[in-house]
Amino acid sequence: MNRPNLAVDIAGINLRNPVMTASGTFGYGREFSEYLDLEKIGAIITKGLSMKPKAGNPTPRIVETPGGMLNAIGLQNVGIDAFITEKVPFLRTISTPVIVNLYGNTLDEYGELAARIDVIPEVAGVEVNISCPNVKQGGIVFGTDPRAAAEVVSLVRRGTTKPLIVKLSPNVTDVVVMAKACVDAGADALSLINTLTGMAIDLQKRRPILANITGGLSGPAIKPVALRMVWQVARAVTVPVIGIGGIMTATDALEFILAGATAIQVGTANFLDPSAAQTIAVEMEEYLVQNGIADIRDLIGALVV
Amino acid sequence: MQFKSLVLSNIEVSPAYYRLRMTAPPSIGAAQAGQFVMVRVNPAIDPLLRRPFGLFDLGTFETEYTDCGRQTFLEILYKVVGKGTAMLSSLHQGDHLDILGPLGKGFTAGDPSGEKLLVGGGVGLAPLYYLARQLVRESKVELFAGGRNKEDVLCITEFERLGVETYVATDDGTLGAQGLVTEVLEERLRKASSSATIFACGPYPMLRAVALLAAKYAIPCQVSLEAYMACGVGACLGCVVKGKDHSEVTPDYRCVCKDGPVFDYADLLWS
Repeated sequence: MNRPNLAVDIAGINLRNPVMTASGTFGYGREFSEYLDLEKIGAIITKGLSMKPKAGNPTPRIVETPGGMLNAIGLQNVGIDAFITEKVPFLRTISTPVIVNLYGNTLDEYGELAARIDVIPEVAGVEVNISCPNVKQGGIVFGTDPRAAAEVVSLVRRGTTKPLIVKLSPNVTDVVVMAKACVDAGADALSLINTLTGMAIDLQKRRPILANITGGLSGPAIKPVALRMVWQVARAVTVPVIGIGGIMTATDALEFILAGATAIQVGTANFLDPSAAQTIAVEMEEYLVQNGIADIRDLIGALVV
Repeated sequence: MQFKSLVLSNIEVSPAYYRLRMTAPPSIGAAQAGQFVMVRVNPAIDPLLRRPFGLFDLGTFETEYTDCGRQTFLEILYKVVGKGTAMLSSLHQGDHLDILGPLGKGFTAGDPSGEKLLVGGGVGLAPLYYLARQLVRESKVELFAGGRNKEDVLCITEFERLGVETYVATDDGTLGAQGLVTEVLEERLRKASSSATIFACGPYPMLRAVALLAAKYAIPCQVSLEAYMACGVGACLGCVVKGKDHSEVTPDYRCVCKDGPVFDYADLLWS
Protein backbone atom coordinates (compact mmCIF):
# COMPACT_ATOMS: atom_id res chain seq x y z
CA MET A 1 0.00 0.00 0.00
CA ASN A 2 1.15 3.54 -0.74
CA ARG A 3 1.66 5.86 2.19
CA PRO A 4 -1.75 7.12 3.29
CA ASN A 5 -2.67 10.78 3.00
CA LEU A 6 -2.63 12.66 6.29
CA ALA A 7 -2.82 16.17 4.84
CA VAL A 8 -5.89 18.23 5.65
CA ASP A 9 -6.99 21.74 4.80
CA ILE A 10 -8.20 24.24 7.39
CA ALA A 11 -9.65 27.32 5.68
CA GLY A 12 -6.86 27.35 3.11
CA ILE A 13 -4.05 26.42 5.50
CA ASN A 14 -2.56 23.19 4.23
CA LEU A 15 -1.46 20.92 7.07
CA ARG A 16 0.87 17.99 6.31
CA ASN A 17 -0.99 16.11 9.05
CA PRO A 18 -3.86 17.00 11.39
CA VAL A 19 -1.67 17.48 14.48
CA MET A 20 -1.37 21.06 15.73
CA THR A 21 0.11 22.26 19.02
CA ALA A 22 -2.30 24.07 21.31
CA SER A 23 -1.74 27.69 22.29
CA GLY A 24 -0.01 28.17 25.63
CA THR A 25 1.48 24.69 25.71
CA PHE A 26 4.18 25.03 23.07
CA GLY A 27 5.69 28.47 23.67
CA TYR A 28 6.67 29.97 20.34
CA GLY A 29 7.83 26.65 18.87
CA ARG A 30 11.54 27.11 19.44
CA GLU A 31 11.36 25.84 23.03
CA PHE A 32 10.53 22.38 21.65
CA SER A 33 12.85 22.24 18.64
CA GLU A 34 15.39 20.19 20.61
CA TYR A 35 12.82 17.48 21.35
CA LEU A 36 10.93 16.98 18.10
CA ASP A 37 11.16 17.78 14.40
CA LEU A 38 8.97 20.83 13.90
CA GLU A 39 8.75 19.84 10.22
CA LYS A 40 6.84 16.69 11.19
CA ILE A 41 3.80 18.33 12.78
CA GLY A 42 0.80 19.93 11.09
CA ALA A 43 0.91 23.46 12.53
CA ILE A 44 2.18 25.47 15.48
CA ILE A 45 -0.18 27.71 17.42
CA THR A 46 1.69 30.30 19.45
CA LYS A 47 1.11 31.47 23.02
CA GLY A 48 -1.81 33.93 23.19
CA LEU A 49 -0.61 37.34 22.01
CA SER A 50 -1.82 40.81 22.94
CA MET A 51 -0.92 44.33 21.77
CA LYS A 52 1.19 45.08 24.86
CA PRO A 53 3.28 42.65 26.95
CA LYS A 54 1.22 41.15 29.75
CA ALA A 55 2.52 40.18 33.19
CA GLY A 56 0.04 37.41 33.88
CA ASN A 57 -1.23 36.21 37.25
CA PRO A 58 0.59 35.80 40.58
CA THR A 59 1.91 32.34 41.55
CA PRO A 60 1.08 29.53 42.21
CA ARG A 61 -0.26 29.37 38.68
CA ILE A 62 -0.53 25.62 38.16
CA VAL A 63 -1.61 22.60 40.14
CA GLU A 64 -1.92 18.97 39.20
CA THR A 65 -5.32 17.29 39.61
CA PRO A 66 -6.38 13.67 38.97
CA GLY A 67 -5.76 13.03 35.28
CA GLY A 68 -5.26 16.71 34.59
CA MET A 69 -3.98 20.07 35.70
CA LEU A 70 -5.37 23.50 36.50
CA ASN A 71 -3.62 26.58 35.17
CA ALA A 72 -4.14 30.26 35.76
CA ILE A 73 -1.22 31.77 33.86
CA GLY A 74 -3.21 34.88 32.99
CA LEU A 75 -2.09 35.19 29.35
CA GLN A 76 1.46 36.30 30.17
CA ASN A 77 3.04 37.13 26.80
CA VAL A 78 5.68 39.25 25.12
CA GLY A 79 3.29 41.51 23.16
CA ILE A 80 3.08 42.01 19.39
CA ASP A 81 6.24 44.14 18.99
CA ALA A 82 8.53 41.64 20.72
CA PHE A 83 6.79 38.82 18.89
CA ILE A 84 7.76 40.37 15.57
CA THR A 85 11.36 41.14 16.51
CA GLU A 86 12.18 38.15 18.76
CA LYS A 87 9.97 35.24 17.68
CA VAL A 88 9.21 35.63 13.98
CA PRO A 89 12.87 35.30 12.78
CA PHE A 90 12.98 31.71 14.08
CA LEU A 91 9.50 30.88 12.79
CA ARG A 92 10.65 32.05 9.35
CA THR A 93 13.14 29.15 9.25
CA ILE A 94 10.49 26.43 9.39
CA SER A 95 7.98 25.46 6.71
CA THR A 96 5.28 24.30 9.14
CA PRO A 97 2.37 26.77 9.21
CA VAL A 98 2.38 29.13 12.20
CA ILE A 99 -0.97 30.28 13.55
CA VAL A 100 -1.03 33.16 16.01
CA ASN A 101 -3.43 32.94 18.92
CA LEU A 102 -4.57 36.48 19.76
CA TYR A 103 -6.70 38.23 22.33
CA GLY A 104 -7.64 41.79 23.13
CA ASN A 105 -8.18 43.62 26.40
CA THR A 106 -10.91 45.58 24.65
CA LEU A 107 -13.08 44.95 21.60
CA ASP A 108 -11.06 47.44 19.55
CA GLU A 109 -7.79 45.77 20.49
CA TYR A 110 -8.92 42.54 18.83
CA GLY A 111 -9.32 44.38 15.53
CA GLU A 112 -6.07 46.36 15.87
CA LEU A 113 -4.07 43.24 16.68
CA ALA A 114 -5.58 41.33 13.76
CA ALA A 115 -4.47 44.15 11.45
CA ARG A 116 -0.91 44.05 12.87
CA ILE A 117 -0.74 40.29 12.32
CA ASP A 118 -2.29 40.54 8.85
CA VAL A 119 0.93 42.04 7.45
CA ILE A 120 3.28 39.38 8.90
CA PRO A 121 3.90 37.03 5.94
CA GLU A 122 5.22 34.23 8.20
CA VAL A 123 1.83 33.89 9.90
CA ALA A 124 -0.52 31.46 8.15
CA GLY A 125 -3.63 32.27 10.15
CA VAL A 126 -5.06 33.55 13.40
CA GLU A 127 -6.84 31.81 16.24
CA VAL A 128 -9.00 34.18 18.24
CA ASN A 129 -9.10 33.52 21.96
CA ILE A 130 -12.51 34.36 23.38
CA SER A 131 -12.33 31.66 25.98
CA CYS A 132 -9.55 32.20 28.51
CA PRO A 133 -11.15 31.60 31.90
CA ASN A 134 -8.36 33.27 33.86
CA VAL A 135 -8.55 36.94 32.96
CA LYS A 136 -11.40 39.41 33.17
CA GLN A 137 -10.69 41.04 29.84
CA GLY A 138 -9.61 39.36 26.67
CA GLY A 139 -11.29 36.10 27.21
CA ILE A 140 -14.29 34.55 28.76
CA VAL A 141 -16.50 37.66 28.76
CA PHE A 142 -16.52 37.47 24.97
CA GLY A 143 -16.72 33.71 24.94
CA THR A 144 -19.95 33.16 26.85
CA ASP A 145 -22.25 35.67 25.16
CA PRO A 146 -23.04 34.94 21.49
CA ARG A 147 -23.56 38.63 20.63
CA ALA A 148 -20.24 39.70 22.19
CA ALA A 149 -18.47 36.80 20.47
CA ALA A 150 -19.93 37.75 17.11
CA GLU A 151 -18.79 41.34 17.62
CA VAL A 152 -15.20 40.23 18.39
CA VAL A 153 -15.12 37.91 15.40
CA SER A 154 -16.41 40.51 12.97
CA LEU A 155 -13.80 43.03 14.20
CA VAL A 156 -11.01 40.50 13.66
CA ARG A 157 -12.54 39.61 10.29
CA ARG A 158 -12.30 43.25 9.25
CA GLY A 159 -8.66 43.40 10.44
CA THR A 160 -7.31 40.43 8.52
CA THR A 161 -7.84 38.38 5.39
CA LYS A 162 -5.86 35.49 6.86
CA PRO A 163 -7.75 32.32 7.76
CA LEU A 164 -9.64 32.98 11.00
CA ILE A 165 -10.13 30.30 13.63
CA VAL A 166 -12.19 31.00 16.76
CA LYS A 167 -11.34 29.05 19.91
CA LEU A 168 -14.48 28.25 21.87
CA SER A 169 -15.04 27.95 25.59
CA PRO A 170 -16.71 24.89 27.10
CA ASN A 171 -17.97 27.03 29.99
CA VAL A 172 -21.33 27.70 28.33
CA THR A 173 -24.78 26.15 28.43
CA ASP A 174 -24.97 25.50 24.69
CA VAL A 175 -21.72 25.46 22.73
CA VAL A 176 -23.60 25.14 19.43
CA VAL A 177 -25.18 28.60 19.90
CA MET A 178 -21.70 30.09 20.34
CA ALA A 179 -20.32 28.12 17.38
CA LYS A 180 -23.06 29.33 15.02
CA ALA A 181 -22.71 32.94 16.17
CA CYS A 182 -18.96 32.86 15.38
CA VAL A 183 -19.44 31.26 11.97
CA ASP A 184 -22.14 33.79 11.07
CA ALA A 185 -19.73 36.59 12.06
CA GLY A 186 -17.04 35.34 9.69
CA ALA A 187 -15.08 32.51 11.34
CA ASP A 188 -13.41 30.19 8.80
CA ALA A 189 -12.94 27.41 11.34
CA LEU A 190 -13.60 26.65 15.01
CA SER A 191 -11.31 25.10 17.60
CA LEU A 192 -12.63 23.60 20.82
CA ILE A 193 -12.45 23.17 23.69
CA ASN A 194 -10.46 25.62 25.77
CA THR A 195 -10.07 24.70 29.45
CA LEU A 196 -12.96 24.07 31.83
CA THR A 197 -13.07 26.40 34.82
CA GLY A 198 -12.07 24.53 37.95
CA MET A 199 -10.66 24.87 41.43
CA ALA A 200 -8.40 23.07 43.88
CA ILE A 201 -8.30 23.53 47.66
CA ASP A 202 -5.61 22.91 50.27
CA LEU A 203 -7.49 21.44 53.24
CA GLN A 204 -4.62 22.01 55.67
CA LYS A 205 -4.37 25.73 54.89
CA ARG A 206 -8.08 26.12 54.11
CA ARG A 207 -7.04 28.12 51.06
CA PRO A 208 -7.35 27.74 47.29
CA ILE A 209 -4.14 26.35 45.82
CA LEU A 210 -4.02 28.77 42.88
CA ALA A 211 -3.35 32.43 43.62
CA ASN A 212 -6.09 33.22 41.09
CA ILE A 213 -8.45 30.95 43.14
CA THR A 214 -9.86 29.34 39.97
CA GLY A 215 -8.08 28.02 36.91
CA GLY A 216 -8.59 26.17 33.65
CA LEU A 217 -8.69 22.37 33.73
CA SER A 218 -6.89 20.53 30.94
CA GLY A 219 -5.55 17.05 30.30
CA PRO A 220 -7.10 13.59 29.92
CA ALA A 221 -9.74 14.43 32.54
CA ILE A 222 -11.58 16.73 30.09
CA LYS A 223 -11.45 14.51 27.00
CA PRO A 224 -15.01 13.11 27.23
CA VAL A 225 -16.44 16.64 27.56
CA ALA A 226 -14.38 17.82 24.60
CA LEU A 227 -15.40 14.87 22.42
CA ARG A 228 -19.06 15.52 23.12
CA MET A 229 -18.78 19.21 22.27
CA VAL A 230 -16.76 18.61 19.09
CA TRP A 231 -19.38 16.09 17.98
CA GLN A 232 -22.23 18.55 18.67
CA VAL A 233 -20.53 21.46 16.89
CA ALA A 234 -19.26 19.49 13.88
CA ARG A 235 -22.82 18.38 13.12
CA ALA A 236 -24.15 21.92 13.37
CA VAL A 237 -21.68 23.94 11.26
CA THR A 238 -20.17 23.62 7.79
CA VAL A 239 -16.72 25.08 8.60
CA PRO A 240 -13.84 22.80 9.71
CA VAL A 241 -13.66 21.98 13.42
CA ILE A 242 -10.38 21.49 15.29
CA GLY A 243 -10.65 19.15 18.27
CA ILE A 244 -8.83 19.95 21.53
CA GLY A 245 -9.04 18.42 24.98
CA GLY A 246 -6.86 15.84 26.70
CA ILE A 247 -5.35 14.32 23.56
CA MET A 248 -2.41 12.19 24.67
CA THR A 249 -2.25 9.48 22.00
CA ALA A 250 -3.09 8.81 18.36
CA THR A 251 -6.14 6.89 19.57
CA ASP A 252 -7.44 10.02 21.30
CA ALA A 253 -6.74 12.08 18.18
CA LEU A 254 -8.55 9.63 15.90
CA GLU A 255 -11.58 9.62 18.20
CA PHE A 256 -11.86 13.39 17.74
CA ILE A 257 -11.61 12.97 13.98
CA LEU A 258 -14.40 10.38 14.03
CA ALA A 259 -16.47 12.86 16.06
CA GLY A 260 -16.09 15.36 13.21
CA ALA A 261 -12.81 17.18 13.73
CA THR A 262 -10.72 17.91 10.62
CA ALA A 263 -7.60 18.50 12.73
CA ILE A 264 -6.66 18.27 16.40
CA GLN A 265 -4.49 20.16 18.88
CA VAL A 266 -2.12 18.58 21.37
CA GLY A 267 -1.85 20.65 24.55
CA THR A 268 -1.10 19.36 28.03
CA ALA A 269 0.60 16.28 26.53
CA ASN A 270 3.45 18.58 25.35
CA PHE A 271 4.29 19.18 29.02
CA LEU A 272 4.64 15.47 29.84
CA ASP A 273 6.36 14.54 26.64
CA PRO A 274 7.83 17.33 24.51
CA SER A 275 7.84 15.05 21.47
CA ALA A 276 4.16 14.06 21.92
CA ALA A 277 2.84 15.93 18.85
CA GLN A 278 5.26 14.19 16.51
CA THR A 279 4.64 10.79 18.10
CA ILE A 280 0.89 11.21 17.70
CA ALA A 281 1.29 12.13 14.00
CA VAL A 282 3.50 9.07 13.38
CA GLU A 283 1.09 6.76 15.18
CA MET A 284 -1.91 8.16 13.30
CA GLU A 285 -0.18 7.22 10.06
CA GLU A 286 0.55 3.73 11.42
CA TYR A 287 -3.13 3.33 12.28
CA LEU A 288 -4.15 4.22 8.72
CA VAL A 289 -1.62 1.77 7.28
CA GLN A 290 -2.64 -1.04 9.61
CA ASN A 291 -6.32 -0.51 8.84
CA GLY A 292 -5.93 -0.06 5.09
CA ILE A 293 -7.28 3.50 5.14
CA ALA A 294 -5.84 5.55 2.27
CA ASP A 295 -6.87 9.00 3.44
CA ILE A 296 -7.38 10.50 6.91
CA ARG A 297 -10.20 12.58 5.46
CA ASP A 298 -12.24 9.40 5.11
CA LEU A 299 -12.40 9.28 8.91
CA ILE A 300 -13.62 12.84 9.50
CA GLY A 301 -17.07 12.60 11.04
CA ALA A 302 -17.22 8.88 10.21
CA LEU A 303 -18.67 8.06 13.61
CA VAL A 304 -21.36 5.40 13.36
CA VAL A 305 -24.36 6.28 15.49
CA MET B 1 17.51 15.42 25.90
CA GLN B 2 14.88 12.83 26.67
CA PHE B 3 15.93 9.31 27.65
CA LYS B 4 14.74 6.02 29.12
CA SER B 5 16.42 5.03 32.33
CA LEU B 6 16.62 2.04 34.65
CA VAL B 7 16.56 2.32 38.42
CA LEU B 8 19.85 1.10 39.89
CA SER B 9 19.04 1.71 43.56
CA ASN B 10 16.49 3.63 45.62
CA ILE B 11 17.52 3.90 49.27
CA GLU B 12 15.89 5.68 52.22
CA VAL B 13 18.72 7.68 53.78
CA SER B 14 16.70 9.46 56.47
CA PRO B 15 13.00 9.17 57.33
CA ALA B 16 11.09 10.15 54.09
CA TYR B 17 14.32 11.08 52.25
CA TYR B 18 15.56 8.84 49.42
CA ARG B 19 18.57 8.61 47.14
CA LEU B 20 17.66 7.23 43.73
CA ARG B 21 20.41 6.18 41.33
CA MET B 22 19.50 5.53 37.69
CA THR B 23 21.19 4.85 34.37
CA ALA B 24 21.85 7.78 32.02
CA PRO B 25 23.54 8.29 28.65
CA PRO B 26 27.24 9.32 28.77
CA SER B 27 26.38 12.82 27.52
CA ILE B 28 24.80 13.57 30.92
CA GLY B 29 28.40 14.06 32.04
CA ALA B 30 28.31 17.56 30.51
CA ALA B 31 25.62 18.63 33.01
CA GLN B 32 26.40 21.54 35.33
CA ALA B 33 25.82 21.39 39.06
CA GLY B 34 22.49 23.08 39.75
CA GLN B 35 20.81 21.75 36.63
CA PHE B 36 17.83 19.43 37.06
CA VAL B 37 15.96 16.56 35.46
CA MET B 38 12.20 16.08 34.96
CA VAL B 39 11.24 12.55 35.97
CA ARG B 40 8.13 10.82 34.69
CA VAL B 41 7.25 8.52 37.54
CA ASN B 42 5.14 6.16 35.45
CA PRO B 43 3.61 6.09 31.95
CA ALA B 44 0.04 6.38 33.29
CA ILE B 45 -1.85 9.66 33.60
CA ASP B 46 -1.82 9.81 37.40
CA PRO B 47 0.36 11.50 38.39
CA LEU B 48 0.09 13.41 35.14
CA LEU B 49 3.09 15.72 35.29
CA ARG B 50 6.80 15.10 35.56
CA ARG B 51 8.59 15.95 38.80
CA PRO B 52 11.70 18.16 38.83
CA PHE B 53 14.79 17.07 40.82
CA GLY B 54 18.20 18.69 41.08
CA LEU B 55 21.22 16.57 40.16
CA PHE B 56 22.66 15.10 43.35
CA ASP B 57 25.47 13.17 41.71
CA LEU B 58 26.76 11.85 38.40
CA GLY B 59 29.32 9.17 37.68
CA THR B 60 30.16 5.90 36.01
CA PHE B 61 30.69 2.34 37.17
CA GLU B 62 32.13 -0.77 35.56
CA THR B 63 29.72 -3.06 33.80
CA GLU B 64 29.80 -5.76 31.15
CA TYR B 65 26.56 -4.52 29.59
CA THR B 66 27.86 -1.53 27.58
CA ASP B 67 30.32 -1.34 24.69
CA CYS B 68 32.85 0.72 26.59
CA GLY B 69 32.56 -1.38 29.74
CA ARG B 70 31.26 1.51 31.81
CA GLN B 71 27.73 2.68 32.61
CA THR B 72 26.91 6.31 33.35
CA PHE B 73 24.49 7.04 36.19
CA LEU B 74 22.76 9.99 37.71
CA GLU B 75 21.44 10.30 41.20
CA ILE B 76 18.71 12.39 42.78
CA LEU B 77 17.91 13.05 46.44
CA TYR B 78 14.23 13.53 47.18
CA LYS B 79 11.74 13.78 50.00
CA VAL B 80 8.37 12.02 49.90
CA VAL B 81 5.91 14.92 50.00
CA GLY B 82 3.00 13.76 47.81
CA LYS B 83 1.64 11.22 45.39
CA GLY B 84 4.44 11.42 42.80
CA THR B 85 7.31 11.12 45.25
CA ALA B 86 5.47 8.35 47.15
CA MET B 87 5.26 6.37 43.91
CA LEU B 88 8.90 7.12 43.20
CA SER B 89 9.89 5.75 46.61
CA SER B 90 8.27 2.41 45.80
CA LEU B 91 10.42 1.81 42.71
CA HIS B 92 13.00 -0.95 42.71
CA GLN B 93 16.15 -1.84 40.82
CA GLY B 94 15.30 -2.55 37.17
CA ASP B 95 12.14 -0.37 37.08
CA HIS B 96 11.82 2.06 34.16
CA LEU B 97 11.81 5.85 34.22
CA ASP B 98 11.48 8.47 31.49
CA ILE B 99 13.82 11.42 32.00
CA LEU B 100 14.05 14.89 30.48
CA GLY B 101 17.27 16.78 31.09
CA PRO B 102 19.64 18.10 32.13
CA LEU B 103 17.56 21.29 32.12
CA GLY B 104 18.04 24.92 33.15
CA LYS B 105 21.03 26.99 34.17
CA GLY B 106 23.38 25.71 36.86
CA PHE B 107 25.88 27.28 39.26
CA THR B 108 28.90 29.25 38.05
CA ALA B 109 32.05 28.36 39.99
CA GLY B 110 33.83 31.70 39.60
CA ASP B 111 37.30 32.59 40.94
CA PRO B 112 38.73 29.42 42.52
CA SER B 113 40.85 31.35 45.04
CA GLY B 114 37.86 32.58 47.06
CA GLU B 115 36.20 30.46 49.72
CA LYS B 116 32.99 28.75 48.59
CA LEU B 117 30.21 28.95 51.17
CA LEU B 118 27.40 26.47 50.50
CA VAL B 119 24.10 26.94 52.33
CA GLY B 120 21.29 24.41 52.18
CA GLY B 121 18.46 22.67 53.94
CA GLY B 122 16.62 19.39 53.35
CA VAL B 123 16.57 18.33 49.71
CA GLY B 124 18.21 21.68 48.95
CA LEU B 125 21.45 19.89 49.81
CA ALA B 126 21.10 17.78 46.65
CA PRO B 127 22.50 20.18 44.02
CA LEU B 128 25.05 21.47 46.55
CA TYR B 129 26.61 18.01 46.82
CA TYR B 130 27.36 17.78 43.12
CA LEU B 131 28.56 21.39 43.20
CA ALA B 132 30.86 20.62 46.16
CA ARG B 133 32.36 17.66 44.32
CA GLN B 134 33.45 20.00 41.54
CA LEU B 135 34.51 22.94 43.71
CA VAL B 136 36.73 20.96 46.11
CA ARG B 137 39.20 20.29 43.29
CA GLU B 138 40.32 23.92 43.30
CA SER B 139 38.76 25.72 46.23
CA LYS B 140 38.14 25.69 49.94
CA VAL B 141 34.51 24.65 50.41
CA GLU B 142 32.38 25.06 53.54
CA LEU B 143 28.82 23.79 54.01
CA PHE B 144 26.17 25.37 56.22
CA ALA B 145 23.32 22.88 56.54
CA GLY B 146 20.05 23.56 58.32
CA GLY B 147 16.72 21.91 59.03
CA ARG B 148 13.93 21.59 61.55
CA ASN B 149 15.64 18.57 63.12
CA LYS B 150 18.52 16.16 62.54
CA GLU B 151 16.45 14.15 60.05
CA ASP B 152 16.47 17.11 57.62
CA VAL B 153 20.26 17.27 57.65
CA LEU B 154 21.30 14.82 54.97
CA CYS B 155 24.48 13.30 53.67
CA ILE B 156 26.79 15.33 55.92
CA THR B 157 29.24 12.42 55.95
CA GLU B 158 29.35 12.49 52.14
CA PHE B 159 30.19 16.19 52.15
CA GLU B 160 32.89 15.66 54.80
CA ARG B 161 34.37 12.83 52.76
CA LEU B 162 34.94 15.35 49.97
CA GLY B 163 36.92 17.50 52.39
CA VAL B 164 34.12 20.03 52.93
CA GLU B 165 34.10 21.75 56.32
CA THR B 166 30.52 21.44 57.63
CA TYR B 167 28.47 23.53 60.05
CA VAL B 168 25.00 22.39 61.09
CA ALA B 169 22.09 24.17 62.75
CA THR B 170 18.66 22.72 63.55
CA ASP B 171 15.53 24.41 64.89
CA ASP B 172 15.28 21.93 67.77
CA GLY B 173 19.01 21.54 68.38
CA THR B 174 18.97 17.76 67.74
CA LEU B 175 22.04 18.23 65.54
CA GLY B 176 24.60 21.04 65.56
CA ALA B 177 23.75 24.49 66.89
CA GLN B 178 20.18 25.28 67.90
CA GLY B 179 18.72 27.98 65.67
CA LEU B 180 18.74 29.05 62.07
CA VAL B 181 21.50 28.09 59.69
CA THR B 182 21.60 31.71 58.53
CA GLU B 183 22.72 32.75 62.06
CA VAL B 184 25.70 30.43 61.76
CA LEU B 185 26.32 31.70 58.24
CA GLU B 186 26.30 35.34 59.35
CA GLU B 187 29.08 34.68 61.89
CA ARG B 188 31.14 33.23 59.07
CA LEU B 189 30.38 36.10 56.67
CA ARG B 190 31.78 38.64 59.15
CA LYS B 191 35.25 37.23 58.50
CA ALA B 192 34.78 36.24 54.84
CA SER B 193 37.37 37.39 52.30
CA SER B 194 36.45 39.75 49.49
CA SER B 195 36.54 36.89 46.98
CA ALA B 196 34.12 34.60 48.82
CA THR B 197 30.97 33.32 47.08
CA ILE B 198 27.71 31.99 48.54
CA PHE B 199 25.78 29.15 46.87
CA ALA B 200 22.36 28.45 48.40
CA CYS B 201 19.51 26.02 47.85
CA GLY B 202 16.58 25.38 50.14
CA PRO B 203 13.17 26.67 51.22
CA TYR B 204 12.23 30.19 50.09
CA PRO B 205 12.39 31.83 53.58
CA MET B 206 15.94 30.50 54.03
CA LEU B 207 16.98 31.76 50.59
CA ARG B 208 15.49 35.18 51.32
CA ALA B 209 17.44 35.36 54.59
CA VAL B 210 20.63 34.33 52.75
CA ALA B 211 19.98 36.96 50.07
CA LEU B 212 19.65 39.66 52.75
CA LEU B 213 22.95 38.57 54.29
CA ALA B 214 24.65 38.55 50.89
CA ALA B 215 23.51 42.13 50.36
CA LYS B 216 24.52 43.20 53.88
CA TYR B 217 28.06 41.79 53.56
CA ALA B 218 28.36 42.52 49.80
CA ILE B 219 29.21 38.92 48.94
CA PRO B 220 28.20 37.45 45.55
CA CYS B 221 25.46 34.86 45.98
CA GLN B 222 23.80 32.36 43.68
CA VAL B 223 20.50 30.81 44.76
CA SER B 224 18.78 27.73 43.35
CA LEU B 225 14.99 27.98 43.46
CA GLU B 226 12.31 25.32 43.58
CA ALA B 227 8.89 25.79 41.93
CA TYR B 228 5.87 23.89 40.71
CA MET B 229 6.32 23.43 36.99
CA ALA B 230 4.60 21.49 34.21
CA CYS B 231 6.98 21.46 31.24
CA GLY B 232 10.53 22.27 32.42
CA VAL B 233 11.41 23.89 29.09
CA GLY B 234 10.01 27.42 29.41
CA ALA B 235 6.65 26.93 27.70
CA CYS B 236 3.96 26.63 30.38
CA LEU B 237 5.01 29.75 32.35
CA GLY B 238 3.78 28.03 35.50
CA CYS B 239 7.03 28.35 37.46
CA VAL B 240 7.80 32.06 37.07
CA VAL B 241 9.38 34.30 39.73
CA LYS B 242 9.64 38.08 39.71
CA GLY B 243 12.85 39.56 38.36
CA LYS B 244 14.42 42.70 39.82
CA ASP B 245 12.81 45.02 37.24
CA HIS B 246 9.31 43.65 37.69
CA SER B 247 6.26 45.88 37.80
CA GLU B 248 2.73 45.46 36.52
CA VAL B 249 3.53 47.87 33.67
CA THR B 250 6.89 46.33 32.77
CA PRO B 251 6.58 42.65 33.64
CA ASP B 252 9.90 40.95 34.39
CA TYR B 253 9.05 37.33 35.06
CA ARG B 254 11.78 34.70 34.91
CA CYS B 255 11.12 31.00 34.41
CA VAL B 256 12.65 28.93 37.21
CA CYS B 257 12.99 26.07 34.70
CA LYS B 258 14.77 27.91 31.92
CA ASP B 259 16.22 31.19 33.26
CA GLY B 260 17.10 29.32 36.49
CA PRO B 261 16.84 27.34 38.65
CA VAL B 262 20.10 29.06 39.67
CA PHE B 263 19.90 32.86 39.78
CA ASP B 264 22.15 35.65 40.97
CA TYR B 265 20.23 36.75 44.07
CA ALA B 266 20.51 40.37 42.89
CA ASP B 267 18.56 39.58 39.70
CA LEU B 268 15.42 38.64 41.66
CA LEU B 269 12.75 40.64 43.43
CA TRP B 270 12.56 39.25 46.98
CA SER B 271 9.14 39.43 48.62
